[in-house]
Amino acid sequence: MASLTIRNLRKSFGVVEVLKGVDLEANTGEFIALVGPSGCGKSTLLAMIAGLETVTSGEIYIGDRLVNSVQPKDRDIAMVFQSYALYPTMTVKENMAFGMESRGVPKAEQEKTIARVAALLQIEPFLKRKPGQLSGGQRQRVAMGRALVRDPALFLFDEPLSNLDAKLRVDMRTEIKKLHQRIGKTTIYVTHDQVEAMTLASRIAVMHQGEVQQFADPDTVYNRPANIFVAGFMGSPSMNFIDAEITSSGGAPAVNFPLSGGGVASLPLHNGVADRAQSKKVILGIRPEHLSRQSASNSGKQGFATMSAPVEVVEPTGAETMAVLKFGDREVVGRFSPDEAPRTGEDMPLAVDMTRACLFDPATTRLI
Amino acid sequence: MADAVYGTAAVEDREAGIASRRRLISRIVIYGLLGLISIVYIVPFLVVFLNSFRTNIEIGANGLISLPQSFRLDAWPQAWSDFCIGGQCNGVARYFWNSVAMVIPATIISTALGAINGYILSKWKFPGSEIVFGCMLLGVFMPGQIALLPWAFTLGQIGLANSVYGLILVHCIQGLSFTTLFFRNYYVSIPDDLLKAARIDGAGFWRIFWKIMIPLSPPIIIVTVIWQFTGIWNEYLFGVVLNSGSNQPITAALVALSMSGTTVRTYDVMSAAVLIGALPPLLVYFFGGKYFVRGLTQGAIK
Repeated sequence: MASLTIRNLRKSFGVVEVLKGVDLEANTGEFIALVGPSGCGKSTLLAMIAGLETVTSGEIYIGDRLVNSVQPKDRDIAMVFQSYALYPTMTVKENMAFGMESRGVPKAEQEKTIARVAALLQIEPFLKRKPGQLSGGQRQRVAMGRALVRDPALFLFDEPLSNLDAKLRVDMRTEIKKLHQRIGKTTIYVTHDQVEAMTLASRIAVMHQGEVQQFADPDTVYNRPANIFVAGFMGSPSMNFIDAEITSSGGAPAVNFPLSGGGVASLPLHNGVADRAQSKKVILGIRPEHLSRQSASNSGKQGFATMSAPVEVVEPTGAETMAVLKFGDREVVGRFSPDEAPRTGEDMPLAVDMTRACLFDPATTRLI
Repeated sequence: MADAVYGTAAVEDREAGIASRRRLISRIVIYGLLGLISIVYIVPFLVVFLNSFRTNIEIGANGLISLPQSFRLDAWPQAWSDFCIGGQCNGVARYFWNSVAMVIPATIISTALGAINGYILSKWKFPGSEIVFGCMLLGVFMPGQIALLPWAFTLGQIGLANSVYGLILVHCIQGLSFTTLFFRNYYVSIPDDLLKAARIDGAGFWRIFWKIMIPLSPPIIIVTVIWQFTGIWNEYLFGVVLNSGSNQPITAALVALSMSGTTVRTYDVMSAAVLIGALPPLLVYFFGGKYFVRGLTQGAIK
């Protein structure tokens, strides 16, 4: 059953069209991440689901109820804000009770609910404190607590972790995942951080310029990105894009691109991908981790192509080493384990995992 | 090597010495100026204050500005209840109470309306609300004299001419521009997310106002109340033009007192009367001043 269904949703502020026909649905218990660069319309979309922004056209259903013109308080939702938006003059307990008081929940039940949620989030010690006396992480918990006392049909999170420092953010990310696994509520989670989206979501909607570019599970979004935008946005360092040409030497298709020495690299293609291409010209997308040093184990392996390229810069990070390689006049980032890492200036023999490579149509930027 | 290090230390010492001397000089200049300016402000008050305890004869003999040779409290009760103003010998008490009866409701009503206006104009914007706000702002720049005749006409029409209620109405409406401006600018800085959260929590217009905005408002309420109270209390023009005789506020009475046609100028009583008239705004400052606190929204964001 779908907890949230959005059909052809549009939003304009004056002449500026912020959302250009968004379709989305979330099944009960799902964790949906809306991810995209700032200005892509993800926060506007969330505000429209919450009822804080009006709908220009299209439909929003929560459960099977059309909520286009339903007040936020009657939508059976709870929301966690980026700024937390805790009521500064109230204690933590009063913050959590505010919504229930507005709805006329009996006092005894309020107490019970607050006690349960406070235990769940381990915020009992702060119940009598004001938000100003809490640390960032504690405020974050309280903000979630305020949402959790509602027991709503839909949880909305608007970049809840972006005000935390890097370490706390990772901890809270795990907390949110645990929490979702425990209570199993349908959640819509807005973030600009693709790592958060990948780690938390059961499905990711990648947004750009007011449109959903791809709506799929994390694995598909990462490995079979629908277009160049999604491919470049998800993953860090980004996927490498190389202008290339499809050739066929003796019936075996391959992609060719020039190398810096004046030679040409020819990487074999597999499973009929060449037949789907509209033109000979394509854009080859290779993720940094799909480059590795040629070795006995991979050079003859099915689907692996070999080539070599000069190394410009080497950036060790400890667990892995990034290297900038020159493919013709194009810079390409590779991600290697430290023991196979190249040296600067080396002409590195490479094995390219062509089974994981993506081809894009240069005209439409779509995946072939 | 050691010498060189020693040398740099000496140079640093000298520079530090110059810097601290410079700081000292600038401190002296700043505090000197501040002291001078406070003397300029406090001397007139002191003269009036001391004169209220001197006898009129002594003031006549030694001049208006000199240290008191005697100490007497007689001038105060006289100014309060006996002194003759405009032919009535009841002192300033009646006018004082007129002012009290005017300033309290006018301050409360104009502050309350300003809070609601500011709340709407900052958080519940509607098409044209900026224009409404712009029009209200005109009132801040418009001199009161312009409204004098229209007010006289209006009060006459609605039967509030020459009454304290008329002045309450005038001050409420004249003050609205300022109080609205104060609250609107203060509320603009309260994050919209708070209201969004409250709306999702099921709170409506008034619940958000009472439970979220008002608890955050003490600093601006204090500022507005002090502003309105002193402004209305010290206002003279409307009081003297729109009301007459025993319905005038104390400011008008003080002027009448200083022009009463007796032969001798009773500086002692006048001084006491002026101080009685100045007391309420002073008290408001005294008790309200320490509540000028900021930062109540700390913790709302981040």
